[in-house]
Amino acid sequence: MNKTWNNKAWFMVLPVLLIVAMNAVVPLMTVVNYSVQDTFGNNVFFFEGARWFREVLESERFHNALFRQFSYTFIILAIEIPLGVGIALAMPRSGVWASVCLVLMALPLLIPWNVVGAMWNIFALPDIGLLGYTINAMGIDYNFTSQPISAWITMVLMDVWHWTSLVVLLAYAGLRSIDDAYYQAARIDAASRWSVFRYIQLPKLKHVLTIAFLLRFMDSFMIYTEPFVLTGGGPGNSTTLLSIDLVKAGLGEFNLGIAASMSIIYFLMTLLVCWLFYTLTMQGEKE
Amino acid sequence: MNRYRWLVPTLYILFLMLPIYWLVSMSFKTTNEILGGFSLWPSEFTVESYVKILTDSTWYSGYINSIAYVALNTVISVSFALPAAYAFSRYRFLGDKHLFFWLLTNRMAPPAVFALPFLQLYSAMGLFDTHLAVALAHCLFNIPLAVWILEGFMSGVPKEIDETAYIDGYSFPKFFVKIFMPLISSGIGVTAFFCFMFSWVELLLAKTLTTVEAKPIAAIMTKTASSSGYELGLLAAAGVLTIVPGAIVIWFVRNHIAKGFAMGRV
Repeated sequence: MNKTWNNKAWFMVLPVLLIVAMNAVVPLMTVVNYSVQDTFGNNVFFFEGARWFREVLESERFHNALFRQFSYTFIILAIEIPLGVGIALAMPRSGVWASVCLVLMALPLLIPWNVVGAMWNIFALPDIGLLGYTINAMGIDYNFTSQPISAWITMVLMDVWHWTSLVVLLAYAGLRSIDDAYYQAARIDAASRWSVFRYIQLPKLKHVLTIAFLLRFMDSFMIYTEPFVLTGGGPGNSTTLLSIDLVKAGLGEFNLGIAASMSIIYFLMTLLVCWLFYTLTMQGEKE
Repeated sequence: MNRYRWLVPTLYILFLMLPIYWLVSMSFKTTNEILGGFSLWPSEFTVESYVKILTDSTWYSGYINSIAYVALNTVISVSFALPAAYAFSRYRFLGDKHLFFWLLTNRMAPPAVFALPFLQLYSAMGLFDTHLAVALAHCLFNIPLAVWILEGFMSGVPKEIDETAYIDGYSFPKFFVKIFMPLISSGIGVTAFFCFMFSWVELLLAKTLTTVEAKPIAAIMTKTASSSGYELGLLAAAGVLTIVPGAIVIWFVRNHIAKGFAMGRV
């Protein structure tokens, strides 16, 4: 759409700008302040420069949390994106069943995040939970509160349960927008199922899959509540993701300088990905 | 192969329903039965947990609090976002692209980063432990999202409609309310749904900003879980009740939900 140049449009944006700025700029400045200062209490602060940043960037603990975070994000993306597309391809195109599928699939997205964590906790408990009991009954030793591997599997399974539907819904919306004429043309050409997918469906899905990929990337990157309620970061530190570590440092140990500089580094990383996201989707819209 | 296609979504939905089933079945069991061992089905069917939640004010006030700040947030987000989204979809202005990008970055900001500064900010404003504080805090990610979705839906409306309305002598506010808003009503519905959803499921900020008066139900659950031992039945019942409002609103937007998740951009 060709838009008219009109600077008065600023007045329409102003309320949004003010309310978001209050929420975003003030807290961000507070964090920046903490990240370069130290205190001995009594609200007396003195300037520390880049000390906290150096300390965070050099600490083993931060490297480990970051490594766990990237592994987690990579694993769930590798599972959720192909699975979501596969399910969307198999879904009924329209009618009552399509509605029923959509409503049931969207249900996990509307459950408060700590309830998701608590629900999976009792679902996976080895002695009284359905999942834990069944796995143990099959002769596999499984206990997510004491074995790091089990904890990881449970955490990943929980995220797949919680968020695959988002990918399904996006891919489904993309598939629905394909004109029937394309499929008819493919039938005339006697195209195989694979080439229909490869040359008709996949190109149309490119745009929505970019959204899905980056939404999932960012949301899993800042995930906190579900794994925290499920495992509390344990056993040991094996499931302490970046956010959990951050809250531990800030609110738990009250290490404001460290927590704040971690926040800044964290924020810069999401900002980078966000910029990537924006550029890619805007490009997609131009095409 | 096509004959067995229905199996894939069916199996997936089955997988989705299993933990929910477990939660529901647990909410009808007595605490003794839960801790006593494994059983697929409640042997002593009891609604005691639900009765306790719906009659004890420390429990049900949590639901009222949650619904209050979620509703407040939805109204604020949608009404603020409407004019802004219109501006983004119809006009070019100084710094528009930067502004849009900056708004989006707030959708991506990890709440963990903001929890502590938010506490200080809202305490300083004297809003600590009020519904308004949580509603305003959730605007951080809901307003950008609302602007984004609405802009997608609005861009789908041809500009000629605006121009025709002006030629017909409509003033801008009259045009916006009488002609434009009905045209994007499904978009507004979907946006409201998403604001509801993200405000309803978020807990970290809601918990940080409240103590007693405005404490959300989800936070009451975690508190009770630690203070009164391990009352799993009660916890499960409270969990089931937090799913209900979501299930209700989802039904209203079922036909638009897929497009909404694609941010109105398909």
